Amino acid sequence: MNIYIYIAVMAGVTYLIRMLPLTLFQKNITNRFLRSFLAYVPCACLTAMTFPAILYATKSPISAIAGFAVAVLLALKKRGLVTVAFCSCLTVFLVELFLR
Amino acid sequence: MRRNYLRGVRHGIPIGIGYFSVSFTFGILALKYGLSVFQAGLISLTNVTSAGQFAGLTVIVTGATLLEMVLTQLVINSRYALMSLALGQKLAPGTNTFCRCVIAFSNTDEIFAVAMSSPVPLTTSYMLGLSTIPILGWVSGTICGAVASSLLPANVQSALGVALYGMFIAIVVPQTESNRKLLFVTILALIFSSIFYWLPVLKDISTGLAIVICTVLAAGIGAIFFPVPESEGGSAS
Repeated sequence: MNIYIYIAVMAGVTYLIRMLPLTLFQKNITNRFLRSFLAYVPCACLTAMTFPAILYATKSPISAIAGFAVAVLLALKKRGLVTVAFCSCLTVFLVELFLR
Repeated sequence: MRRNYLRGVRHGIPIGIGYFSVSFTFGILALKYGLSVFQAGLISLTNVTSAGQFAGLTVIVTGATLLEMVLTQLVINSRYALMSLALGQKLAPGTNTFCRCVIAFSNTDEIFAVAMSSPVPLTTSYMLGLSTIPILGWVSGTICGAVASSLLPANVQSALGVALYGMFIAIVVPQTESNRKLLFVTILALIFSSIFYWLPVLKDISTGLAIVICTVLAAGIGAIFFPVPESEGGSAS
């Protein structure tokens, strides 16, 4: 299928999700289940995307596990996005130097 | 009006720097999957979202159906619906529909977070200013990553493979530390996702759809057993 159709659908859906609530609904959601569901979606989704995919994101699962562990440790210490991502990459790089 | 715009621009600079580094890896990945530099840049310019784009890329590469693309984006980006609702409450009175349509385009997790921390009602010019540097950073980072992908050594590319996940971890882990309900939902999502990745039959389900199913299951079970208190704003982030 044409890749531009995919891109158009992707952009269209993403925009509508952001635009419709901002223009149509001026009131807050009151349904408790729906609000709870939406509140949990970001973490559930990011977790499902990260694990176990991260284990196969590098040349070897060993370096990936090291990068994963460093990221979790630094995140527990409440380091910023850029710091956590950079140190995770650096760990993978260093571990792979030793693996060879 | 101009002062509001410039105040927004100033607040958007740190977001823009962060976006540049993350979208850099998106550019690399897009080219690795066979997209052109132009296509990678176009995706970033028209979507301005991290998780949705990475998932969308998987949908494109695996040649999945358009319905799968719609579902993936709908579930992964459903949080924006809630953010837009909250943002709408904070806009300055008299912000018309056209302005709202423009502001909606760049309502990302980070821009939303900064906007909501503003002590004053949000004007359209402030929101435009706040979006300027992040959008520039996001698109230029993608293009730079895409162009550099062929120049970077293999071990550097391998190391950059975890950059996005590192960022996701930096978003999720600190929240779960202080919130037991969220920790429960996160562990559920991790278990479901592992099941869908490794178990026979289930692992044949496409990645995009598996993410959707895992998210709906984990967030749904969490919402049934641990509904958020009535008084809370409804956003866990």
